[in-house]
Amino acid sequence: MTKRVAIVGVGTTGFRATTPDVSYRELTYEAATKAYFEAGIEPKEVDAFVATSEDFLEGYSISDEYSPDQLGAVLKPIYTIPGDFIHSLACAQMMILSGIGDIMVVQGMSKASNMLTISEMVSFAMDPIYNRPLKESPHVVAGMEMARFLYETGTTREQCAKVVVKNKRNALSNPLAGHGVLIDANYVLKSETVSFPLTRMDISPHSDGAVVLVLAEEKRAKALSDKPIWIRGIGWCSDTPGLETRNWGEAIYAQMAAEMAYKMAGIRYPRKEIDFAEVNDEFSYKELQHLEAMRICKKGEAGPLTEMGGTEINGEIAVNPSGGCLGVGNLFELNGGQKVLEVVRQLRGEAGKNQLKNVTTGLAQSWRGIPTTTGTVVILSN
Amino acid sequence: MRRVAIVGAGLTKFYRNTQETPKELAYEATKMALDSCEMTLSDINCVVHGTAPDAFDGVHMKGEYLSDASGGLRKPYMRHFVGGGTGVFSPIHGWFHVASGMFDTCLVVCEEKMSAAYPHPAGAFLTIFDHTTEQPLYPTLIYIFAIEMNRFMTTHGYRKEDIALVAVKNKKNAMNHPSAQLPGEITVQDVLNSEIMAWPVNRLDISPTSDGAAAILLASEDVARRITEKPIWMDGVGFCLDTAYWCTRDLYYPDYLEVAARQAYKMAGIKEPSKEIHVAEPYDPFTYKELHHIEGLMLAPRGKSVQMLVDGAFNRDGNLPTSPSGGLLGVGNPIAAAGLMKIIEIYLQLKGEAGKRQIPGKPTCGVANAWGDLMQVGTVVVMRS
Repeated sequence: MTKRVAIVGVGTTGFRATTPDVSYRELTYEAATKAYFEAGIEPKEVDAFVATSEDFLEGYSISDEYSPDQLGAVLKPIYTIPGDFIHSLACAQMMILSGIGDIMVVQGMSKASNMLTISEMVSFAMDPIYNRPLKESPHVVAGMEMARFLYETGTTREQCAKVVVKNKRNALSNPLAGHGVLIDANYVLKSETVSFPLTRMDISPHSDGAVVLVLAEEKRAKALSDKPIWIRGIGWCSDTPGLETRNWGEAIYAQMAAEMAYKMAGIRYPRKEIDFAEVNDEFSYKELQHLEAMRICKKGEAGPLTEMGGTEINGEIAVNPSGGCLGVGNLFELNGGQKVLEVVRQLRGEAGKNQLKNVTTGLAQSWRGIPTTTGTVVILSN
Repeated sequence: MRRVAIVGAGLTKFYRNTQETPKELAYEATKMALDSCEMTLSDINCVVHGTAPDAFDGVHMKGEYLSDASGGLRKPYMRHFVGGGTGVFSPIHGWFHVASGMFDTCLVVCEEKMSAAYPHPAGAFLTIFDHTTEQPLYPTLIYIFAIEMNRFMTTHGYRKEDIALVAVKNKKNAMNHPSAQLPGEITVQDVLNSEIMAWPVNRLDISPTSDGAAAILLASEDVARRITEKPIWMDGVGFCLDTAYWCTRDLYYPDYLEVAARQAYKMAGIKEPSKEIHVAEPYDPFTYKELHHIEGLMLAPRGKSVQMLVDGAFNRDGNLPTSPSGGLLGVGNPIAAAGLMKIIEIYLQLKGEAGKRQIPGKPTCGVANAWGDLMQVGTVVVMRS
């Protein structure tokens, strides 16, 4: 690949449990205006836009309709990815590489507080013939997967609980996060069991918010920003959607997406070459499972490493310094966006109290949630 | 910019109430596309999937549900969505994957099973309108298209009986299409006498509810030349969305389509579309939409498309054959799959493999477009042999 692509502007509303004061369009508008201001551009200078939305989550049959106006994208090339934010980021990068234009915008938004029947909606994502008649709640799937993961790797529930403790503590010093709190592992273990071994505190709460990124091709990026954050590698992968055909213990989608990104970035030893990671932790065990799938930890190593504090902000490799989904909140399609946002803030040295020292390469990873096996990975460098 | 070619295609039959599940439809089209160029899934680097609202198939995150059936298992797989424009946007999305240099081959699959929405898929459209300003008026899709058709007719002084010729032409063209759902020899009088849905839209002005799937295979130039002797090149792509506040626009002309078409023509180096393009597949979910889009694609001057239609210019043996496949009115309208069906028709016409539907004169340049959302999406692909 000849061209390099950088993130030159980010805008966000921050993430809160509920946002009764603004509509979903206003959330996007706020993030977009901030991103354009930071990049020093007008929306009319943008060559193409990529929005991220999933119909059922937005409450529209064709949610794509309401993507252009609040982004300033009317009568401009724009389309929607019903996927993760990092999918959209990959689209924007591909458009720059294929010569569609030099400046791209990626948008993602979550208005989870508007959804009254999240559990029923997620059940609607199950195969209507083979899986839906089982009438399982989405958390049953997570519970079964957690049980299998603990069994295969020897990870303990206490180690999973440590993930919750760490992430919620990190979130306390992240002004963008909405679910920070100081608790201990016992509090997590003793909270209500939702689907054994998964407890209430192992599950990330929902949040609202929006993220808009401005991307630019190398030449323009250097002109627009004195701190461009380069996309070094990006990858995405889908494993099987069926519950009956998947490998319950391993996150193969994360492994394959990461290998694609590593290959593009020329990374051979991720543990050494990556300074910190923002990893999907919609459920506590997911953080550990994803770290192992992406070769940042060996199989069975992520739990003990977390227990010894190796993934703390001042640990050997910081994981989810933002607070992750457990601390910031589950943002559905925007999960990847929040991860990318944090990696950019860290690499720019703008992460405030949670700032890591001497970081040059960060990894953001996302997963599309129950019942999917779709994962995305992006590697960024300053 | 790398050149990207279409090297294979597959299309299921379109009909209402298929016994196949959405996955089975997607699988059938995917398999046909792979077989058409003697490739297997191991030759495929990535998969893109186009499918319109989740509400049709009744599956949340429908792209995830269809991923394995579309050949996306353990591959980079991504779904894209621009409402009704999704079908023609699908090859554009695949084009990004290949033209960017990230992948050499890309499988593009579109699937739609509208009949799963009970009792009628029109119900899925009730929630496409703005929750505050429009939904309280209980609009339906046909109402707003009737408004647009009326505006189009009034502005240019078009007569309903002339516009009805589009249905006559397309349903006749579809007689030769093996996938067709509603082919037939009808007359203008049949269209005018059919039930009025919302004046000026009659039942025969509207394409049917359909189930179906389509797939194509894209390859970069060097790979394409190894696969086939006759690759069909995607030389221009364009896409665009107008404002969602459709009440603020003058509906007589599709600006969104002109913007998208200009992007595609510029990329393909086309200066005079009406002379350089030999065959077109304008999106025709309603009769007037074909004419509306012909004008938006700048293939006919504004206000002159009906005269050209009456003169027979758009017939299969005319100067500028449009919808030689039979279009959505004749072949059927499984939203995303119907758009890709149009791409496949241009592919076959340029290859000279359209059988009885083949237009005379060895066409070398064709264009297809699709349209969607709240009358705001334009997606355009220019193809050359």
